[in-house]
Amino acid sequence: MSLHIQVKHDRDILIVRLRGELDHHASEQVRRSIEDELAQGGFSHLVLNLADLEFMDSSGLGVILGRYKKVTQLGGKMMLCAIRPSVHRLMEMSGLFKILPTHEDERSAIKACGVAS
Amino acid sequence: MKEVGKNFMELRFASKSENEAFARIAVASFVSQLDPTVEELTDIKTVVSEAVTNAVIHGYEEKGDGTIYVRSEIEGKRISITISDQGVGIADVNMARQPLYTSKPDLERSGMGFTIMENFMDEVLIHSKPGHGTTVHMVKHLKSRHQTMAN
Repeated sequence: MSLHIQVKHDRDILIVRLRGELDHHASEQVRRSIEDELAQGGFSHLVLNLADLEFMDSSGLGVILGRYKKVTQLGGKMMLCAIRPSVHRLMEMSGLFKILPTHEDERSAIKACGVAS
Repeated sequence: MKEVGKNFMELRFASKSENEAFARIAVASFVSQLDPTVEELTDIKTVVSEAVTNAVIHGYEEKGDGTIYVRSEIEGKRISITISDQGVGIADVNMARQPLYTSKPDLERSGMGFTIMENFMDEVLIHSKPGHGTTVHMVKHLKSRHQTMAN
């Protein structure tokens, strides 16, 4: 069981698609991939597409919250999209939706990044 | 919902993060003979992942040379899971159970591990002794299909 990370760019938006299972073992890989991309510069916003994320535990919450802090500190927005019911339940329980906006799909999340807050 | 007689399984494995997925999948596949719902199976996978991760990160401080023990028993609709380590232990269990508390704030931990276990299981007991290790014992009663449909 592993996690696959796919990275895409759309203007100043970094789009990261996660496929598989996000646990403590995989979280370091996610953290590093996103940090490396952000370090290259040119990005303001981050969209996490979770359509193919089948499992996540509290280590996943930790890495998402860490990226949220980073992106918002730099003045950008972070959006989640296409969350599966099993992952949604964990996020809801932990109160993540109080700070992170979610969208049905990648397109609407990208669109929301462009809207002035 | 199948009624099954008393059954158990035990695992011992190295405290490596690679084994977190192995542990949750092994327990999930053992308890699946009770024919749980998809949601119940996700709950089980999640709590095993949380407890094993705690043993890897906190119990053995990511050294990888410790041993983690997992025992699961099933009887009827009841699932019990015990996860133990012989690591550093927890000085203050009540503090560790608080939502958002983490003993390692520099590691980007969410501090939600025990809160998730308490939410997804019916009983969570934690025994810990500094310098000797930690045992987490959890119980879940599966709902019958009939109850699930009614909800």
